[in-house]
Amino acid sequence: MEKDIRENISWAQINQDVLKSLENPRRMYWVILLVAVCVFGVGVGCEVYQYNVGLGVANLDNPHVWGLYIATFIFWIGMSHSGTLLSAILHLMHADWRKPIYRFAEAMTTFSLMTAGLFVMVHLGRLWQFYYAVPYPNDRWTWPNFQSPLLWDAMAIFTYLSSSVIFLFIGMIPDLAICRDHLQPGWRKKLYTVLALGWEGTDRQWRNFRVTYLTVACFLIPLAVSVHSIVASDFAMSQQPGWHVTSFPPYFVAGALYSGCAAIITLFIILRYVFKFEEYMTLPILKKTVRLTFAIAMVWTYLNCIEFASVWYSHDQASKDVLIQKATGPYAPFWWAMIFCGSVVPFVMMFKRFQTNIPVMFAVSILLNLGMWLERWMIVSPTFSHGYYPWTWDHDQWPSLVQWGIVFGSFGWFTLLFMIFCKVFPSVSMYEVKEMVYHRSMASKHDELAEKGAH
Amino acid sequence: MSQHHLLALYNNFDEAEAVIKELRAANIKGFDFKDLTLKSPIEHHGVEELLGERSANVQWFTLIGAVLGGSLAFLGISSAQANFFSQLKGGKPIVPIPPDLVLTYEMFILGGVYITVLGFLICAGLPARRSSLYSAKVSEDQIGILIKADASAISTIKAVFARHNALEIQEEAGK
Repeated sequence: MEKDIRENISWAQINQDVLKSLENPRRMYWVILLVAVCVFGVGVGCEVYQYNVGLGVANLDNPHVWGLYIATFIFWIGMSHSGTLLSAILHLMHADWRKPIYRFAEAMTTFSLMTAGLFVMVHLGRLWQFYYAVPYPNDRWTWPNFQSPLLWDAMAIFTYLSSSVIFLFIGMIPDLAICRDHLQPGWRKKLYTVLALGWEGTDRQWRNFRVTYLTVACFLIPLAVSVHSIVASDFAMSQQPGWHVTSFPPYFVAGALYSGCAAIITLFIILRYVFKFEEYMTLPILKKTVRLTFAIAMVWTYLNCIEFASVWYSHDQASKDVLIQKATGPYAPFWWAMIFCGSVVPFVMMFKRFQTNIPVMFAVSILLNLGMWLERWMIVSPTFSHGYYPWTWDHDQWPSLVQWGIVFGSFGWFTLLFMIFCKVFPSVSMYEVKEMVYHRSMASKHDELAEKGAH
Repeated sequence: MSQHHLLALYNNFDEAEAVIKELRAANIKGFDFKDLTLKSPIEHHGVEELLGERSANVQWFTLIGAVLGGSLAFLGISSAQANFFSQLKGGKPIVPIPPDLVLTYEMFILGGVYITVLGFLICAGLPARRSSLYSAKVSEDQIGILIKADASAISTIKAVFARHNALEIQEEAGK
């Protein structure tokens, strides 16, 4: 069986390769950065226009009070679950193949949460009155409703974002010390010196580091589950047809892990090429990630079927009508595209020859995420277009270009943050890769000795 | 008597392990085994075990943080609801337990994470100034053994270091 990583790679070589990525990426890096800036610029332009003219330009109306902004908010929250999956869940399961790729997944978590947070503000429209939502007693009687999942959302996302940033930072301290010790003097060295906190790799530091990392990982898993369950509660706890489904929280969590894994594949392929990480982001690791994604895709498909069946057999005519409308009404092309991208395309991942085929996997991962974005849109908009009361039906509403522009811009914003992060901080964990190489080479030696002994 | 510091660098964990074993068994006058510090590019349970019982107390911070976070959240939210937000809503209780438990749960985690990190910084002695006996090679591929001992013990310890193929020995006197 092909090995996840070359075991005889020296520790000094690992440092050298990763540190090189901070200074000398391929030209494609700058192309991606330029495209991201342009895409982000479109989003900023649309937001400035909406800010000046008013939320009406988004074409949000009654009954379509939530549109692409909230759908995209859920999409980015979902994307953030990949970091927790790779860092925390696989860490607890001792899956050491995650080591070369978990750092960028953690960064993805942080930046996708930051992007999601922006959509709450964009959706509010009146940014300058954001403080109305802050929980403090005041004479406007706008003290928030603690029984609303929207407030739980704010609390859960704040907890998740701050814990993710802390988790990312703590896990990076030994690597920041490596950067401090081995880079030439300049602003980078000063930055790493401050951020490394004087780490020297003493037994006392490692011992406490190990316990801390494990503890925060243990906290992050239930936190990630709670965050997306609460986001699901925004819908499931309402009385709207199509949303009032018990299986929504696990369905959302599965969807989140799914889109996160698909995004990991996309970024894996990009980083592998751009930063010349072929030695670390290897094809066997890609294969494992692809298999994991396929398994989660099937869980998501199963939960989708459960959701449809629950609605179909619930004797709730309004919910049934929404489901029929999704499949046959004006949203049908997008709903069927969601089913195709989310449940049919992943079957490509079943074939061994495609699991390590980079162009195919790149295309598949993009399609999976397209499907997952459509899923969020198909949760939000069809229900609003076909509610309980026929006089509120509005099947012809279409999001304005301003909405599309801001959604488009969010991808530029995320890419920009992510690519800058990967250029400033090591996107492959050097000390964890060293551990992986060390333990695997020790295991190989042990096996060899045992084999000799047997003969 | 003045205290000296010595840092020896080794190529691999096996050599470092042998040195630690020998220093532990030697019972050198003027050197306390607790004053030995291992510096390494990765954590190594085997060698750390040789150093004996050196506990990590971060978990106590975690416990305190999580309990404080959860209880303060519940007390804070429920007392605010009872005092500032006493709007009756359809016969529902003023302090609704199930929704408050969700917020308590989030704050339980938030408190746990924040105080764990604080505990880590305290227990690991961070942030710290880098010691003068430090080699950048430790963050690359070499294992360092740092000891603090009386001047009288230094020559014996140096001999132990040298016997196990130390790549480099750094010394700092007078502290």
